[in-house]
Amino acid sequence: MHKATESASNSRRPACSAGDKSLVVENLRKEYTRGKPVLKNINLTVAGQCTTAIIGPSGTGKSTLLRCINRLIEPTSGRILVSGQDICTLRGADLRAARRRIGMVFQEYNLVERLSVMENVLCGRLGYISPWRAWLRKFPQQDIERAYDLLDMVGLTEFARARADELSGGQRQRVGIARAVMQQPHILLADEPTSSLDPKTSVEIMELLREVASVNDIPVLVNIHDVTLGRRFADRVVGMSKGDVVFDGVPGDLTDEHLKLIYGGEDWLA
Amino acid sequence: MSAERIWQRFTPAERMARFVVFLVAGILLAWSFRTVEIIPEFLMDAPEQVADLFKRMWPVDYAYYERGVHAVLIETLHIATVGTIMTLGIAIPVGIMAASNVCRVPALNWLATFILVSSRSVNTLVWALLFVAVFGPGTLAGTVTIAVRSIGFVGKLFGEALEESAPGPIEALRAAGAPWISVFLKGYWPQVSPAFWGIALFRWDINVRESSVIGLVGAGGIGMALDEALNLFHWDRVALILVCIFAVVVIAEVFVTHIRKRII
Amino acid sequence: MSTATVARPAPFAVNWWARFGYLLAVLYCLYALSILDISWDRLLAGLDNGARFLGAMFPPEFKRWKLLIDNLLESLQIALISSLFGVLISLPVGLCASRNLMPDWLTWPARAFIAVCRSFHPVIFAILFVKAVGFGPLAGILTLIFASIGFVAKLFAEAIEEISLKPVEAARAAGAPFLSVLSFAVLPQVLNRFIGFSTYQVDSNLRNSTMIGIVGAGGIGGTLAAAFQRFDYSFVCAILLAIIALIMVSEYVAVRVKGVFQ
Ligand SMILES: Nc1ncnc2c1ncn2[C@@H]1O[C@H](COP(=O)(O)OP(=O)(O)OP(=O)(O)O)[C@@H](O)[C@H]1O
Ligand SMILES: [Mg+2]
Repeated sequence: MHKATESASNSRRPACSAGDKSLVVENLRKEYTRGKPVLKNINLTVAGQCTTAIIGPSGTGKSTLLRCINRLIEPTSGRILVSGQDICTLRGADLRAARRRIGMVFQEYNLVERLSVMENVLCGRLGYISPWRAWLRKFPQQDIERAYDLLDMVGLTEFARARADELSGGQRQRVGIARAVMQQPHILLADEPTSSLDPKTSVEIMELLREVASVNDIPVLVNIHDVTLGRRFADRVVGMSKGDVVFDGVPGDLTDEHLKLIYGGEDWLA
Repeated sequence: MSAERIWQRFTPAERMARFVVFLVAGILLAWSFRTVEIIPEFLMDAPEQVADLFKRMWPVDYAYYERGVHAVLIETLHIATVGTIMTLGIAIPVGIMAASNVCRVPALNWLATFILVSSRSVNTLVWALLFVAVFGPGTLAGTVTIAVRSIGFVGKLFGEALEESAPGPIEALRAAGAPWISVFLKGYWPQVSPAFWGIALFRWDINVRESSVIGLVGAGGIGMALDEALNLFHWDRVALILVCIFAVVVIAEVFVTHIRKRII
Repeated sequence: MSTATVARPAPFAVNWWARFGYLLAVLYCLYALSILDISWDRLLAGLDNGARFLGAMFPPEFKRWKLLIDNLLESLQIALISSLFGVLISLPVGLCASRNLMPDWLTWPARAFIAVCRSFHPVIFAILFVKAVGFGPLAGILTLIFASIGFVAKLFAEAIEEISLKPVEAARAAGAPFLSVLSFAVLPQVLNRFIGFSTYQVDSNLRNSTMIGIVGAGGIGGTLAAAFQRFDYSFVCAILLAIIALIMVSEYVAVRVKGVFQ
């Protein structure tokens, strides 16, 4: 066994409540070029209302992992279960149905700049309604209500009609989160949601993600470069290095030793 | 209160304006469909007729190239090139006159705009008809046609490029007491010359296409050969000429894109 | 000027290439003019002719205004109908030709089709369609549909290739079906440009619809060519003035319509 899994088993289990909304990753492997795995053998289970921070140096495959989970990237082998359903074998409409249960928040927000904030939030419902209704912008009234509720939650109600390119970075990321939550996802993935934001806004976004986790009772996976921020907001920290999980435990157990193992070197810790 | 939260994509005024545009477009189209004189049988017949045309075009009469096409093809390229060069000579002063930041005489601006608009509003083929009537059939009419028709295009874009040039260097030159010709040569020209050559090349590309058809009304080039083959129902020769035009046009376009990349 | 004794580098680099290029251009022109049988005498004779020609054109004759209006309206109809179909066909063709959203086996045929539509001048299409479907506006409509595809579909494809793929990714991640991805993540990014290209094409079709009649494909061009043949230059002048007026109106309308969709 790897030293990695050892360190993982040594630590206490994170205090996450069990729930029916879960993600199980089993033996996930991803190679972009044959024989050069970016993800070697990832095993990860998250369930219930729980924020998990994934940390690791640039290029270890954190983004790849998240993108594999909703199949924006095809995994090479392994299984991914979302609330018990294996999504690796799905195609076409089934894949889309599975994807709408996985919310995704992007580092660069990925909003449609020329559409209004409201339309961007409603984008989260595209998996649920027909292209025809999407074209006519005929969303069910309950979706619109929900979108307003979410805008209330993220504090952007008065911007509903504004175009997305009028917003600041932090505001855009809130829209991105509202859009993901709009999907009524079973899990929420966030790929470096705070890297383009200032420290204060970053904290607010992380608080928002935690709130989303608890309100919707879903697991949230956050890729994050800011270890302090990750520690502060996560219930659980997963450390990755060179395509493997080398730490998995509660933030309190994450020592400098672990950080050295994850990022390599030590000068930067000082 | 949440019941009142209705969301619509556009404000009422926007919706109204769009609605009016679509309504007018719809009415115009409906009117067009109702009144245009189309015989439905001809439409039904079209695919068959087109297939028949292709059948008659095959096999392409490649042997005719040496005898009847090569010379006029070269002539076509000459018409396009000389026509473009002639245009440049006229379009530069007209473009300067049209640029309101370079030429501050409103009357001249107006005159230039008038020249540019009339050059562009009349189609190449119509210009060709005019010049064939003036100069008689032949390459002279074709070259003048190409030149006159291109003035509008080149002059307009050149004038716009001039208007967009940065005022800073110009002011500096004026402040140094340079006469206007120097201001133009050392202030404006360096700023707009890449755009100018780009426009010229682009127009040459268009002119290759246009000079291949003006012969249909007698203005020289490969179009005259096409006209003759059509009138004699030599469909295999028509096919050959079309292939030649296609090849020349594609080569011209590739050439122009290549050079433009190097200029810009 | 300078009394400096040390050899200094020339203050300005002489651009020999440019000088050589200009020289070449001049030589070429002389050569081409001799080949093309263009001479000063002919030009002068032509100008003389042209003066008489202008004299014959004025005053324009509007007595047959009814014929004029009828033909002008036919040109307008041809332009409108062909723009409608041209743009409608260009949308899917342009989409198929965009290499960032579509697989190679689809983009290649679409691009080849667009290239053929672009390479031939509308007049050539007009001649072929006149042979195929007979004289009249139908040939003109078919012609301009192809001309529109060559222009609009190409620009559509280019516009789609320039979009940001990030929103597309986001919509896909939300499980949106392809058509919803198009309408939410692709179309908003390109709609303005689409409308710009389309109004431009209506304008361009209108210009061309006044010309294709020369080869028998309907519209005012036929009357114009006939007037030329009859040396009826005052009527020619009237027709030309009418065409210019129509095109100016259409340019104005195009500007206003673009304003609405900003
Ligand atoms: N589309 C791709 N094709 C080929 N290789 C890729 C692709 N995307 C990522 N990679 C490679 O996979 C490895 C992991 O990339 P990934 O983006 O997952 O890293 P990351 O941990 O998210 O890094 P960062 O913290 O900088 O975002 C990198 O070596 C990268 O070069
Ligand atoms: Mg990443």
